[in-house]
Amino acid sequence: MRELFPAKQVMGFVFSLILTIAALLVYYLDMSFTAGMTLLLITAFIQAGLQLIVFMHAGETKDKGSIYTNIYFGVFVALVTILGTLLCMIWGYI
Amino acid sequence: MDFFDRFAIPHPSPVIYASMVAIGLTVIAIIAGLTYFKKWGYLWREWLTTVDHKRIGIMYLISALLMLFRGGVDAIMLRAQLATPEAKLLDAQHYNEIFSTHGVVMILFMAMPFIMALMNFVVPLQIGARDVAFPRLNALSFWLFFMGAMLFNISFVIGGSPDAGWTSYFPLAGNEFSESVGTNYYMIAIQIAGIGTLMTGINFMTTILKMRTPGMTLMKMPMFTWSSLVANVIIVFAFPVLTVALALGTMDRLFGTHFFTTDAGGLDMLWANLFWVWGHPEVYILILPSFGIFSEIISTFAKRNLYGYKSMVWSMVVIAGYSFLVWAHHFFTMGQGALTNSIFSITTMAIAVPTGVKIFNWLFTLYKGKIEITTPMLYAIHFIPLFTIGGVTGVMLAMSAADYQYHNTMFLVAHFHNVIIPGVVYAMLAGLTYYWPKMFGFMLNERIGKWTVWLLSIGFLLAFMPMYITGLDGQARRMYTYSESTGYGPWNMASFIGAGIMAIGFALIVYNIYYSIRYASRDIGSDPWDARTLEWATHTPVPEYNFAISPQVASIEPFWDSKKKGQELFKGSYEKIHMPNNSGIPFIMGCIFFAWGFSFVFGIWVPLILTTIGIFVCMALRSFEIDHGHYISVDEIEETETKLRGAN
Ligand code: HEM
Ligand SMILES: [Cu+2]
Repeated sequence: MRELFPAKQVMGFVFSLILTIAALLVYYLDMSFTAGMTLLLITAFIQAGLQLIVFMHAGETKDKGSIYTNIYFGVFVALVTILGTLLCMIWGYI
Repeated sequence: MDFFDRFAIPHPSPVIYASMVAIGLTVIAIIAGLTYFKKWGYLWREWLTTVDHKRIGIMYLISALLMLFRGGVDAIMLRAQLATPEAKLLDAQHYNEIFSTHGVVMILFMAMPFIMALMNFVVPLQIGARDVAFPRLNALSFWLFFMGAMLFNISFVIGGSPDAGWTSYFPLAGNEFSESVGTNYYMIAIQIAGIGTLMTGINFMTTILKMRTPGMTLMKMPMFTWSSLVANVIIVFAFPVLTVALALGTMDRLFGTHFFTTDAGGLDMLWANLFWVWGHPEVYILILPSFGIFSEIISTFAKRNLYGYKSMVWSMVVIAGYSFLVWAHHFFTMGQGALTNSIFSITTMAIAVPTGVKIFNWLFTLYKGKIEITTPMLYAIHFIPLFTIGGVTGVMLAMSAADYQYHNTMFLVAHFHNVIIPGVVYAMLAGLTYYWPKMFGFMLNERIGKWTVWLLSIGFLLAFMPMYITGLDGQARRMYTYSESTGYGPWNMASFIGAGIMAIGFALIVYNIYYSIRYASRDIGSDPWDARTLEWATHTPVPEYNFAISPQVASIEPFWDSKKKGQELFKGSYEKIHMPNNSGIPFIMGCIFFAWGFSFVFGIWVPLILTTIGIFVCMALRSFEIDHGHYISVDEIEETETKLRGAN
């Protein structure tokens, strides 16, 4: 019976609910912009990772290597695009 | 009547009305022809519903060639207008519409499908697979591209062409300065085609990663497959940015949002930024598969293995990463500070290094080779020096301080044509000539082929070298005329003559196809070039299932080894083969997307809602459909194989 119970999935589900509630706090509590943004970013990244690994089985087949390479590359592109855009349009704009 | 007013052309001319009539007559002629020769059933069964990667490849090829001529006619008109100072052939508005159309058609509807054509036809054969990973998705990709392209192409006769350049910068592209529906066509047609491309990216990435024949490790893949893999990875990461940018632009134009407006909190520069976040990777999506084609051709006709296989692969992987780090070099002059510009200058110059590595690898391959000059090889040999000029001027442009002088002049126009024509267009024409016998069972005429290459190169030099000079002298791009006192006249006349020579070159390709259909020998065997990779181990014509037995691979050049070292490729006996079924849904969905796009362009909401529902119904049908494909029996395979072996 024990091995039939999807403990990992249930835990994952509970954890993702907690993350959602934490993100919702930004709306209900009165936080500064920086604090709110930080909370949103952190919960969003953990949430995405959780979904990919627990519910979309990213690490469970022998394609693990290509799947993770793609994910890392995706994160790289996203970060570069966002930071680069901020650099062009705001930080480095005269 | 008011309802129909919106379809009128805002800025008409007799030529446009004549084209309208010509388009109408062509459509009637095609329908009549198909009916008269009773070809509707054939067309539906063999082509419109096909999921076979080879046939999809050929449909991409035909579309790309058609678009090459559409874009080519635009180019000749532009050059004719500029040939003499103060010419009156086109007015400013028509000039704007034509260069915008020319750019979009050539990059998105000529170069992209040309690459898709070769990728579709060649990659599964090169990796010893029977089809792509998702054959039906592949068909859908094609039909979305095709319908997007057609939607864009009708703009000049229904409602007006886009006129804000292929880059469509805001605020010019906003409602305030572009009132006609032209820019709606831009946003929506490219959106539809772009979704198709994104799906191709996913499809080919999966295919190459998952469907290689036994023994083919990543480092044993042929170079064209490698380049396709890298290009598709870039597609998957770059195209979503375009999708988002186009969606925001569409909302600005049709729903009154303020993403790219100059007022109400909008940021017009953000469009340029997003456009090039996609746009620069896009130029690498075009050039990498082209490099792959040249690698195959150079190694085949230098009669030796490719020099520096590993460094070739690594340089592409590095380019894939770098290509996302350089985009701001397209708007150095937009107002960023020196630090920002310097960062992007350096990343841009760095990208020339892996490109240089590849050039040297080709040279070393040639250096120790026994070179045989065939038409594809002639393209490759012309490509190396011509492309290098383009790379060098690219590095000049990459210096942000100097770019203030070059930016938006003819110098820039010369640069990108200098990389795209010898790089991408030559690669595609070389690939076309090289793979033609595999596709159609006869070769294109070599003599006419070589004439074509020489005409294209001479025409190219004459057309584009003068632009470097007038550009440095200050001739702006996208200006429909100039005064005689500028002294640009003679140079532009030279360009016009060069463009004319190139046009003759392109016309010769058509003549070559016609000539070879009539006179070429059909008895060419399955390996006419004495090539090295798996695609040439198939029969000609390639049977539906490609390989009766999956090949066993132990090296980078398995077919060559099987010919020279007697290595056995096909071990074992025939087994029944599982193949996907044809389906009409991709084509129907494509048609619905066309209607959807058309309603969207004109903001006719009821059909828009209905077609949106139609699209979802198609997807739902697919989800609930039970389709296990079909099997080809051993008897049937034996029969096909004996017949094809006999023919060779
Ligand atoms: C050595 C590598 C290259 C370097 C350093 C380079 C650099 C540049 C720079 C700095 C610009 C912007 C200049 C300006 O707007 O003033 C530019 C424009 C452009 N490049 Fe390149 N480039 C390279 C290779 C390529 C390749 C391989 C392609 C295409 C296959 C390409 C296609 C284009 C296009 C289409 C544009 C301008 C488009 C427009 O503004 O309409 N480039 N390049
Ligand atoms: Cu660029």
